[in-house]
Parts: sequence; C-alpha cells; structure tokens
Amino acid sequence: MHDTTVLLIEVGALLFALGMLGRLGRRVGLSPIPLYLLAGLAFGHGGLVPLSASEDFIQVGAEIGVVLLLVMLGLEYSADELVGSLRSGAAAGAYDTVLNALPGAAFALLLGWDWEAALVLAGITWVSSSGVIAKVLGDLGRLGNRETPTVLSVLVIEDLAMAFYLPLVTAVLAGVGVVGGLRALVVAVVTVLAVLVVAIRFGGTISSFISVKDPEALLLSVLGLTLFVAGVAAELKVSAAVGAFLVGIALSGPVAHHATQILSPLRDLFAAVFFVFFGLSTDPAAMPPVLLPAFALALLTMVTKVVTGYVAAKRAGIALPGRLRAGLALMPRGEFSIVIAGLAVVSGMEPRLAPLATAYVLITVVTGPMLARLPDYAWFKRMVRKRMAVSRPVSPVPTGD
Amino acid sequence: MPGRPGLYGEPVRVRVEQTPLPGIGVRHDLVTSSGRTVGVVSHRNGRRDLVLYDVDDPDSSLASVPLTDDEAEALADVLGASLMLGQLAGLRQQAAGLLTEQVAISAGSPFVGRTLGDTRVRTRTGASIVAILRDREVIASPIPSFRFEAGDVVVVVGTRKGLDGVTRILATGETDG
Repeated sequence: MHDTTVLLIEVGALLFALGMLGRLGRRVGLSPIPLYLLAGLAFGHGGLVPLSASEDFIQVGAEIGVVLLLVMLGLEYSADELVGSLRSGAAAGAYDTVLNALPGAAFALLLGWDWEAALVLAGITWVSSSGVIAKVLGDLGRLGNRETPTVLSVLVIEDLAMAFYLPLVTAVLAGVGVVGGLRALVVAVVTVLAVLVVAIRFGGTISSFISVKDPEALLLSVLGLTLFVAGVAAELKVSAAVGAFLVGIALSGPVAHHATQILSPLRDLFAAVFFVFFGLSTDPAAMPPVLLPAFALALLTMVTKVVTGYVAAKRAGIALPGRLRAGLALMPRGEFSIVIAGLAVVSGMEPRLAPLATAYVLITVVTGPMLARLPDYAWFKRMVRKRMAVSRPVSPVPTGD
Repeated sequence: MPGRPGLYGEPVRVRVEQTPLPGIGVRHDLVTSSGRTVGVVSHRNGRRDLVLYDVDDPDSSLASVPLTDDEAEALADVLGASLMLGQLAGLRQQAAGLLTEQVAISAGSPFVGRTLGDTRVRTRTGASIVAILRDREVIASPIPSFRFEAGDVVVVVGTRKGLDGVTRILATGETDG
C-alpha cells in the first residue's frame, strides 16, 4: 500500500477510536485527557498496535495542538482579567508555587535526577489543569459559589506564570545553562508585559484588523497569525506555546469571542492528537517501574494543592466547607503538565521523566475530579459541620469574596 | 450576618456585588434582608444562571437555574412590575390623602407623539407621573423627554384634585375641562 493510504487508514482509525473513547469517558464522567493518553500508550512503540506511517503526521499535529491549546487559553482571558487576577491573587499564586512546584523539584532531586529535570518536574506538579477544573466546576454547579473566584484566580495566575516558566524551561533544555535561561526569562517578562500593555491600550485596534463578518477569513487569519507568532517565538527560543498564548491575550472583543467558537473544534482535534502523541512517545514498558514514585508524588502534591486552595479560600473569607471545596477542586493536573513534559521529551533528557509524567497526570486527572465531588456528599457535609460546631460554637460564618 | 435586618422604618440600601470569574464571565450577587443570598452568573457566551445560596453554607450555591434571554427578561419584568406596585402601595400607606391612579393616553389625546415635559402636569396640578405602562412593560421614573404613544397608561400620584387635573390635561390639553 502507498504510504499516504496507510496514513489515512491509521489516522482515521485513531480518530474514530478517540471519538468512541471520549464518548465513553463522558458517560462515566471522566475527562478525555487520560483516555487519549492511554490510547497513545496503546498505539506507541511497544504498545498493542504500533502505528507505522502516521507518526510524523501526528508529531506535527501535536505541535499544532499545543499552539491551539494555548491560544484558546489566551482567548479565554482578557488582558484586564489577567491584570485584575494578578492584583487580587498574587499572594495565592506565590504560595501555590511554593507548595506545589518545590515538592516536584525536591522529588526529582531525591530520585537522583539532575537540576534540569527537577525544574521540569516542578512545573509538572505546579500547574493545575484549568480546562479540567473549569469543566468540573461547571458540572458540579459551583460556578456561582463564593470560593469559585478564588479557584479561578489561582488557575489564571498559574496559566500566566507559564508565560514565564515555559521560555525558561525551553532555554534551559536547549542547553544554554542558567544564564541563558535567565536571559530567556527576562525576554519573556518584557514581552508579556509589553503584550499586556498593548492589549489593554490598543486591544481594539489590533482586533479591528481582523473582520468578524467572514467566518472563513476569521479562521484563516487568526490561525495563521497564531501559528506565525508561535513559530517566530520558537525561533527566538521563547517557546511556541507562549507566543500563541500572547496572541490569544492580544485579541479581544468580538474577534476573540468568534475566534473562540471557530477554533474550538480545531483545538479539540489537535489537542487530542497532542495527548495521543505524548502517549505514543512513552514506552508502556517503562511505566511499571515509575508507578510507585508517581503515586507517591501524586499523593504528596494533591495534598499540597488542597492546602493551597484551603489557604487561598481562607484568605478570601470563605468558611470551612468552601475552603475544602476549593482545595479539592484544584487537584487535577492536565494539559500543561503534559506540555511541559513534552518539552523535556523532545530534548531527550531523563528517560524516566515521560513515563512518570504520564502516570502522574493519569492519576491526578482521574482521581482529582472524583475527589472534587466529596464535599457534595451528605456524610462529608455532616462531618464538616460537626468540625465547625466543635471549633467555634456560635461565631457566625463570614461572607465576602 | 445572615439577617442584617433593616432597622425599623429605615430602608436598607441594597448592595449588589460584582465579582469577575476569569475565563467564564461575571457574577452579581446580593444579600437580602431575610439573610438569603441570590446571585446571577452571566457567562461570556450569553448564558446566565440564577443562583440561590445555601442557608447553612452561604458560600455554596444550592441551586443554579439556567435562564434563556427571554426567560431572564420575563423574570425581570415580573419582578419590576411587582416592585412598582409594592412601592405605590407603600406610598399610599405613608401619606394619607395621596392617591394613585392609572390614566390611559387615548389616541385622541393632544400628547400622543409629544413629550412628558410638554404636559407640565407637575407645575399645573401638583401631581406627579411616576411610571408609564407600555406593552405590559413598566417604565419607572420616566424622564421629561419621554415621548407618549397612544395606548400608554400613565401612573399618577397626587391629591384627588391633582389627579383629576392630570386626567383632563392628558385628555384635552386643558386644566379646566
């Protein structure tokens, strides 16, 4: 058979299988991310049905997937929201970083990995999955809850922090050392601040170059702009993902709204390909040895996330049940952890990193949303109420945001 | 603080709090004098949820009701109209001798197509036009440039004499019929 024919067959079968998996996942209330990862594991080297012709295609698709994930994230937030969250949630962001990034780094060093791998693992354990968590909050009907703004602001700050972290990691993994990494960080900080200022001042002007009237032209121009900027950013060693994120932030108003609608299906497609690709590049045989460390790391950093949410909600004046809800909601790690691990895989460092990251994300993204439901059970509420009655008998519950 | 009961006779200003929900939209909420919290989550994609909060755990939403544009508008109308009537009833109780009346603008009225300011009812009669009912909507506190249409119903507050004056003015343009 011709290569292209095989490619069509393989990609077709793969996407169809993913569609079925996604449907299955939705039925049991599971995010599709772990299913896509598992599918990737099954199709990869040493998996059940190794793919032959479509690996290159899937690799390119995965690149585009990262770019689309990030541009959509940028489109979701307006520059004003980012600045506002930065003001109100800077403290929460700081101890989120300390509580969740440091354990990852320490764990890597404990395993005897080098400091570059520690930097990467710190990022993997740091960032919660804003996609999964937003979905969970919506499904559980908690969007109106008073702790929800706190949860969201932690997520926003993490996402924004990625704009600084990813260039740093990209540079470090490129082998430029600490100084080169810091230079990339400075470039990233300046670029992000410049984009935020430009987006707040001239967001309307930028967006007015792109017409909303013609959906086809909108799709092509936004996609083209995003890929172009992502490519240039990658060429400048500032990470393609961050370039895409900044394009998303710079676009605003109706253009952002329509672009979100138009790009969503594309994002769903290529993000699925991205997760599969990551699974593909992980050898299933390498998984069992890292399972135990992955469990330990997941347990540790899920607890630290609960503490993060608890403290952040407490500072926002939320009562005990709300603090627990915020903490338990923040546990799942997802797309970003995989993006970060993906950078490390491409650079060919520490071979145990990819399987560990896969197992880690699988564990947190499956158990996290389940544990997030805990506070809705009657026995949990009773327990919390008892605790509250014991700790402070009559004092009223504070409100406020 | 559940409660925050209004002091006797002193109206409590309602404070609507606005909270941004990054990536989702915005939430408005208010604590009622009965101690319940009611909120509206407005999603960026146009969807909105009416949210009721738990009494035991005021941070958590007990129910979240998604409303379409039409449903939200209808609900706002119902609340607005009943609010109007409630205020009028309150006014009646507070000041004995002050009456409320609804006066229709007939197609033959000289003020069809003219403004509220043109009628000069307050100067001429001492009575006030506090609201207009049009197409089953309540337009509260209309401004002087408000333009009448045939079929509008005017809600007037004043003394008996003042109300009769307004009725005559709106029908004929003259105070003394």
